[in-house]
Amino acid sequence: MSENTIGKKSLEWVDSRFPVVDLFERHLSKYYSPSNINIWYLFGFLLLIVLVMQILTGLWLMMNYTNTAEGAFSSIEYIMRDVDYGWLIRYMHAGGASAFFALIYLHMFRGMMYGSYQKPRELIWVGGWFVYVLLCAEGFTGYVLPWGQMSFWAAQVIISLVGSIPYFGEDLAIWIRGDYIVSGITLSRLFAFHVVLLPILIIAVVFFHILALHEIGSNNPDGIDVKKHTDQDGVPLDAKPFFPYDITHDFYALGVFLIIFCSVIFFFPEGGGYIIEYVNYEPANPLSTPAHIVPSWYYTPFYAMLRAIDFPLFGLTAKFLGFVVMAAGIAIFAALPWLDRSPVKSIKYKGIYSKAFLTGFVLSFFVLAYLGSVPPTETKNMLAKVFTFIYFAYFLLMPIYTKFEKCKPVPERVGDLA
Amino acid sequence: MQPKSPPNPGRRKFLTYTTSFLGIIGAFFTAIPFVSAFKPSAKAEAAGAPVKVDLSKLLPGEMMTVEWRGRPVFVVNIPKENKNFITKNLERLADPNMEDPSQPDYARNDIRSRKEGIAVLTGVCTHLGCAPKYYPEAKPEDFDSNWQGGFFCPCHGSKFDLVGRVYANVPAPTNLVVPPHFFEKDNLLVIGSDGVS
Repeated sequence: MSENTIGKKSLEWVDSRFPVVDLFERHLSKYYSPSNINIWYLFGFLLLIVLVMQILTGLWLMMNYTNTAEGAFSSIEYIMRDVDYGWLIRYMHAGGASAFFALIYLHMFRGMMYGSYQKPRELIWVGGWFVYVLLCAEGFTGYVLPWGQMSFWAAQVIISLVGSIPYFGEDLAIWIRGDYIVSGITLSRLFAFHVVLLPILIIAVVFFHILALHEIGSNNPDGIDVKKHTDQDGVPLDAKPFFPYDITHDFYALGVFLIIFCSVIFFFPEGGGYIIEYVNYEPANPLSTPAHIVPSWYYTPFYAMLRAIDFPLFGLTAKFLGFVVMAAGIAIFAALPWLDRSPVKSIKYKGIYSKAFLTGFVLSFFVLAYLGSVPPTETKNMLAKVFTFIYFAYFLLMPIYTKFEKCKPVPERVGDLA
Repeated sequence: MQPKSPPNPGRRKFLTYTTSFLGIIGAFFTAIPFVSAFKPSAKAEAAGAPVKVDLSKLLPGEMMTVEWRGRPVFVVNIPKENKNFITKNLERLADPNMEDPSQPDYARNDIRSRKEGIAVLTGVCTHLGCAPKYYPEAKPEDFDSNWQGGFFCPCHGSKFDLVGRVYANVPAPTNLVVPPHFFEKDNLLVIGSDGVS
């Protein structure tokens, strides 16, 4: 009993100086989530866990990594062979990057499917999109660090894209590289971005993403506003507190996720060349280009778009146009809240056109992902053009098809039949 | 207690605007060292500086390799007897008119250089970056029974003529790249700069 009083007293002491109880209630035990949320609502939590894992493993890798052109490659070999469990920490970090993207794509698709970007959640969506963009930069900079052949040539290709910008592109590329060719100078600045700047930004934007979410509350598969019907204390009727209900589900999901994740890092750490590419086991050689330069799987849809644009237009070079289209493919997600004119949120109650275009989008994403990972042929290039068109049609035609299609009525309460 | 409103609101506003304006100027100047530190350092600039090549000892038919920015640059004194073939061999080339921008505008001519008889080419195969070999003489070779002189890449069999234009139906997609160059004096070639225009 006396222990309990000591605990209680300590809590009171802290709570009168820092709002622990208030924070716990506001964000966990009195933070309500709709009672009809499903398996798609687990990925946010898993993403947070992966973020923590990446920071921890990254910190440990950094202790043994050398950020110079001479030392980088051999320091990775050193981590893999001589550091106790270094191989595991590196596989966790490399596999974690792939898991991060797999989960963020599922998480984004959930938002697109259930219209979670719609009013009043626009800023939650845009914040999340910004995390995705930062993650793309984090993935790219991290990919260069082992300084293998693919690292070097990926840096070469991506930075030379900047060089295609008319007028000042070449100067800008030199400014980014800090050299006339990709060199140790480039490596060490990408390292600084990867371990300091980008992680800080990612953590900060994730923080705002969650803060914004907790202000509005989660959407749900029916797109019902659960805050409309509350009891006399203002507690939503069709919702339950995050703690202990959702967190229990989340931890169960974490168990399932870890089984899959550990199977990969223990038994398929290279993921058939998709997590760690075999070409990257050769040290960087500026004088010899690998036969096929392929980006990591999570960028391949956008790489396919880049290659699909092989024609100059309006006096702009094909290379620059490809760069613009690729960047637009990533940027356009941010515009979704303003492209969707539908009166309903969830795809369940949207009309046939929304369903068709969303299906087309998913299909084009997978086809482009495949096309971006294989050497180009004429047929494949044609296919890439068609599916790039479908990809953008989903976004750009959205203001039209969501406005004119016939939607089903949304139920007033969770569990009501529409 | 209500805070008193400033006695002279116009003066207060003026001071706010001028302070903000000066603050922005200060921020701009503070950014200068940060932006500048991103540029190539003096060391990187020295390593990437133009190189001067004395051509007085380069006899007709000879080639010399010069390193510029970590890459080999071939400088060829094209033998007189080969000069005719440069214009005769066009139908076997993939891009004889040099549509692909792999040379500066001033080198988009039959000789692909600024000076008759001297070719300046980056010695990196446009296929996979191997170093092409120099076969100057127009005589049958193992890889081509009708060879007119030029470069042959031993890695995957790409063929280029003496001024680095790629043959059709070989793996290399584009002509060898002509680096920026100019002649400071008749026999003094500078690689890595377009010179004063």
